Amino acid sequence: MNRKEPFLQRETTRSVIASLISIIFGLVFGAVVILVVALSSKDLGLASAWEGIRLVFCGIFSTGRDAAGALSWGFNGQNIGNMLFRAMPLIMTGLSVAMAYKTGLFNIGAPGQYLIGTLVSLTIALGIPSGALPKALVWLLAFCGAILAGAVWGAIPGLLKAFLNINEVIACIMTNWIAANFVTWMFADSNFKNVVENTKSSYIYKTTYGLVDGQYVSGAGIATPKLGLDKLFPGSQVNGGILIAILLAVCVYIMMEKTTFGYELKACGSNRHAARYAGISDRLNIMLSMAIAGGLAAAGAALYWLSGNTEFFWSTYQSLPGIGFNGIPVAMLAVCNPIGVIFTALFMSMLDISGLQLTNLTAYNEYITNVIIAVIVYLSAFSLVIKLWLAKRLKPKDGGGNVNAELAPGEKKGGKGA
Amino acid sequence: MTFLIQQTLLYAVPLMIVALAGVFSERSGIINLALEGIMIFGAFIGVLFVYLMQGAEWVLAAKDANSYFTLQMIELAAMLAAALLGAAFSLLLSFASINLRADQTIGGTALNLLAPALVLFLVRIITNQNKLQMVTGDAASWFMVKKSMFGYGRTEKMGFLGSTFVDKTYIATYICILLFVVLSIILYKTRFGLRLRSCGENPQAADSLGINVYRMRYTGTTISGALAGLGGFVYALTTANCTANGDVAGFGFLALAVMIFGNWNPLSIAGASLLFGLFKCIAAGYSSIDINGDGVYMLAEIGVSPHLYRMLPYLITLLVLAFTSKSSRAPKAEGIPYDKSTR
Repeated sequence: MNRKEPFLQRETTRSVIASLISIIFGLVFGAVVILVVALSSKDLGLASAWEGIRLVFCGIFSTGRDAAGALSWGFNGQNIGNMLFRAMPLIMTGLSVAMAYKTGLFNIGAPGQYLIGTLVSLTIALGIPSGALPKALVWLLAFCGAILAGAVWGAIPGLLKAFLNINEVIACIMTNWIAANFVTWMFADSNFKNVVENTKSSYIYKTTYGLVDGQYVSGAGIATPKLGLDKLFPGSQVNGGILIAILLAVCVYIMMEKTTFGYELKACGSNRHAARYAGISDRLNIMLSMAIAGGLAAAGAALYWLSGNTEFFWSTYQSLPGIGFNGIPVAMLAVCNPIGVIFTALFMSMLDISGLQLTNLTAYNEYITNVIIAVIVYLSAFSLVIKLWLAKRLKPKDGGGNVNAELAPGEKKGGKGA
Repeated sequence: MTFLIQQTLLYAVPLMIVALAGVFSERSGIINLALEGIMIFGAFIGVLFVYLMQGAEWVLAAKDANSYFTLQMIELAAMLAAALLGAAFSLLLSFASINLRADQTIGGTALNLLAPALVLFLVRIITNQNKLQMVTGDAASWFMVKKSMFGYGRTEKMGFLGSTFVDKTYIATYICILLFVVLSIILYKTRFGLRLRSCGENPQAADSLGINVYRMRYTGTTISGALAGLGGFVYALTTANCTANGDVAGFGFLALAVMIFGNWNPLSIAGASLLFGLFKCIAAGYSSIDINGDGVYMLAEIGVSPHLYRMLPYLITLLVLAFTSKSSRAPKAEGIPYDKSTR
């Protein structure tokens, strides 16, 4: 990027502004939907619509209702902590999709990779008897094992694409469902099903359970260290995993933008044949980039399930995890920039929390936030148009002759990469 | 055998019709990743239509009077509503990808996100739960074609053909098959079909010959939306007991796979979806399938895990793709926004 460019002329600035415009339109659309529902229903009035709209925009700061029944606002540590916690796996699946998209691959296989990561991390964490190895080592083994397994799983569509020319979208869809069945199968035959607590046998033990003399005992297992974040956000699920996720995002950014390896991956993405002509092994690179994407999604699963306060519903063969699919909007909204993914994941989980507040406090439900996300992604699809409009608006009044020259490459990028 | 054929058709027909939906839009040059979303939306519209109709006195009276004709007409009207609204929903995709030249993958993804969210939001407001179902009765008692409609008694046999293709079937299945045949012929044997396909192969050349590429692409995606909406409702009616819960078990994506698997060609697509439907059916009912009628449930007795059977449709698809993909050929211009000024 040319540092001498004025701030408003930069490609990144325009992308951010385009995303912000999409976000604002999305939120406004959500508000309009609430208003329409309120007006067309006889049970809901304008007052309830106003409450709903306020919760959509700043539900993260909601502290429930006061004694008089009015909404109350303020710092809510539980909300913010949970937002960070939910953002953690989203950052990872978002990175997975974004990274693959930058290399010309649409990784719709994140749900499957996430499930494989779940299987391996939980199996290692629960399979090693308590006390056989130091807890930190068990955690690390589970985390790395999940990444490795996810990478192998992700490499399958890459392999099929590279050597057999099978469309990666199809291969990913198939491997997703194969993973869902495989994971259910493995857990169904395992002894990780929670039989200690009543009515929970459809769930796998939390990782805080450990194997002591053939019995699972609560508290003998492992959990991601809290690193004091639980003091900062009391009552929430947050733990150190969020820092790992952010760190990984930075690593992916450096890998993609600052290394030869990343450059080669992107070169294969923009033109496979040209890359091969330049001496880059396109087949290897396609496989590698799918493997890395798979590893990232699986890492998200490991971070989520190793937290020690989450329980996995193992009979999952009829549905795929939403966190995997939500990686797609996170990546798209961030224009596939790894650093941007951190912020869009945080934004999405903030909307998630707002949705929960909406369900708890009003007659509306959390699905409105999913509608908002969908509208935002829809708008971000034509960020090209928004960016062109911005370029026109932000053009300096005089001496703007080079703006159009500068726009040309940006235009292309917006069309293909956005 | 009867069970096997009927169940296979139940799974295969929605796949077939939605895969054809994919063909129509991709042949005109637009990647329709939103098939899943449009199916979900269509399923909701169809079920909502039935739900609303059941609130009317005359409909309930018709049901009490066993007026089969009226009930079948309601089913047809629900299918029509699902198709119309599905087409309307797909306009969002056409507008973004044709007029605004947006990235079609992202546009389709957005619709896939929007449909379940919108459906669940509305369903929750209408019913206060996560599932919209019929007010009274179920899909079988209201809409299924039964032998009693043709004057057969409870114990009378209809013969093999009758009991397989008439008794306990849905008229929707046959309408879809009919539509599939008619639309395939239109796509391949008429002037309109040729023009539509030319827009997916070389829109510049098509434009130079006086074909309005934008209009053709709109037509392609709109037909696609109508078929996907219809397919969504047929799926909900025949396999989900006429309920809508913002989910079609990934059938839209599977249809996409069937389309690529069938090489964008209707005949291969029909074969591919029957194959897929057969394995789906084996996975769902492997323990009660008695192939040659000798009372031996062979598949259950092999002792293979049911999870393996459920995995089979997807594994087989991948395997077949691996052997056939070398010859696969997508429409050349799909996914590329058409810009008149680049002609």
